[in-house]
Amino acid sequence: MKSDRIFAAIVLAASLGMMWATTRIEESFIQDPLGPKSFPMLIAVLMAASAVVMFLKPDADPHWPGLYKLLELLATTGVLIAYAQLLPIAGFVLATTCASAFLTWRLGGTARQSAIGGVSTAVGIFLLFQYALGVNMAKGPWGF
Amino acid sequence: MDSLQALAHGFSVALTWQNLGLALMGCFLGTIIGALPGLGPSNGVAIMIPVVFSMGLGPTPALILLTSVYYGAMYGGRISSILLNIPGDEPALMTTLDGYPMARQGHAGEALAISGIASFVGAFFATIGLVVLAPQLVEVALLFGPAEYFAMFTLAFATLGGVTSNNQAKAGFATCLGLALAFVGVDGQTGVPRFTFGNVHFYDGIDFLVAIVGMFALSEIFVFIEERHKEGSHTTAKMPEVGRVIPPWSMIKQTSGAMGRGTILGFIAGVLPGAGASLGSFLAYTVEKKVAGKSGRFGKGDPRGVAAPEAGNNAAAGGALVPMLALGVPGSGTTAVLLAMLLAMDITPGPLLFAQNPDVVWGLIAALFIGNFMLLALNLPMVGMFTKVLKIPSMYLMPGVTMISFVGIYGITNSTFDLMLMIAFGVLGWVLRKFEIPMVPVILGILLGELMEKNLRRALTISDGDFAILYGSPLAIGFLLVAVIGFILPIFLRNFVKPKKLVEDAITEGTAD
Repeated sequence: MKSDRIFAAIVLAASLGMMWATTRIEESFIQDPLGPKSFPMLIAVLMAASAVVMFLKPDADPHWPGLYKLLELLATTGVLIAYAQLLPIAGFVLATTCASAFLTWRLGGTARQSAIGGVSTAVGIFLLFQYALGVNMAKGPWGF
Repeated sequence: MDSLQALAHGFSVALTWQNLGLALMGCFLGTIIGALPGLGPSNGVAIMIPVVFSMGLGPTPALILLTSVYYGAMYGGRISSILLNIPGDEPALMTTLDGYPMARQGHAGEALAISGIASFVGAFFATIGLVVLAPQLVEVALLFGPAEYFAMFTLAFATLGGVTSNNQAKAGFATCLGLALAFVGVDGQTGVPRFTFGNVHFYDGIDFLVAIVGMFALSEIFVFIEERHKEGSHTTAKMPEVGRVIPPWSMIKQTSGAMGRGTILGFIAGVLPGAGASLGSFLAYTVEKKVAGKSGRFGKGDPRGVAAPEAGNNAAAGGALVPMLALGVPGSGTTAVLLAMLLAMDITPGPLLFAQNPDVVWGLIAALFIGNFMLLALNLPMVGMFTKVLKIPSMYLMPGVTMISFVGIYGITNSTFDLMLMIAFGVLGWVLRKFEIPMVPVILGILLGELMEKNLRRALTISDGDFAILYGSPLAIGFLLVAVIGFILPIFLRNFVKPKKLVEDAITEGTAD
């Protein structure tokens, strides 16, 4: 109940924001009868309507993870962001080894399993994509 | 007869070494993807798209590869349903009901074989249905003007939202979210930037491939990490012996009726927008249970309970290609992903595709016929190979899938910004799943939003701003009526159609015995 209501409130706020952003779209000298604003405005109104219905008729709460789990998911997101940023700097193999070792660890691997999983995922994907498929990979200072 | 001629030409396109090889590779990968819990047809095809792009394939070979993956995943989903009681993907849910009991009684091999044959029957006849029905639909679609297109898109969103969710408001929100994301970028008609927040990266709009891979593939890692301790890892479950994979002739005869009915129901469910494979297998199973009446041992290992849903979901996969190819409106999540690939290659599916790119359409269809025989071979004599795949622990598999998503997107765009956007979509996908908001309407909105708005504005330009044009033809009125019915009717039908509930009931019944 409560989760859906909070979510509906966020959606409502977002749709109001969208309406405001729609009014701010600058008109161009090229014009068609409907213009660039009307359809987005219609969608924003429909989104607001769906938020109101969600608020009035909420579903049962989903099963939320505990605080520890939530922090873990947050950390995972952080690692993925760091991975995306470091990929062009550190090169594919090093960055991927670290990131996939982290993921294996969080999926229940021991330190040893994580290390093995990280290295083999990174090297395996690199060889497969670089040589078998010829995909353009991120190359670090050392070319892999 | 035109279709037959075109199909013959299609075979000449498909029968090259490259296309045959790609079809085989797709069937093989698809079966693996389907068999692995956590990877299904839609996210399997989603992570393959960037890979296909980076390989630099043309539209026809690329589509052959990806559709083979799609068909293969529909075949493969049954393997873990039968052996582990875990559906390899959502459409294979119904197969657990009788497949797993059969396996526990020592008939795993027969269950795999019957379901493999049922998959073949469903997919094969659905492909024939595609050959027959798609050109007819194209004839109709050639009459469409912008107003009819707009009405048809409305219909697609309404029925899709109506069927895929248990909550109309949430489905409606999902559609609006998708359309809103489609607005981002420079408006094609007037050239003004919309919702770009002044960020140059957004001027080209949001790349739908980034959104698809993020929501379908990357969000999976969050789900796996979240649920790590909840249930026993599937690798620890004891796998029954497969045994003989040649079913007795009497069993094939016994199940042939179930396969036939499953195929027809599945195909219809597939053609209807939004319904897709899950509904196909559900309908096939429920109808078969009714037809068998007291003679059935459904839920306790009846071979018909395996044959019907498998024929149903594979037929639905073929059926879903009909509106995707003929109208450019996908009927399911996976066909939406296939549509994304075509759009990214600057090919717009729809009636003109049949006229302008017959190679793509008919080459694909011919490849599907060939792929079906490959899949039958892979899934009967060689099914043992795929059961080994189930032993890969998810702690190695899922990081691999995640990293391939990154490689794929980076390979096409070379941009860190797009990687960040993909992570954002991954998190969004996780949140949407938490709230049981369907993701398919979001994807469809991103994909079709631009076309929908373009047709609306074009229609109003023609009529010089008179809104009456939107309901000015019988076709448009018909579409809009069906749209309203399709959105509202499921509210009343919902009490009767609940696949998940049926499975839960079967489980509780099973323990009560």
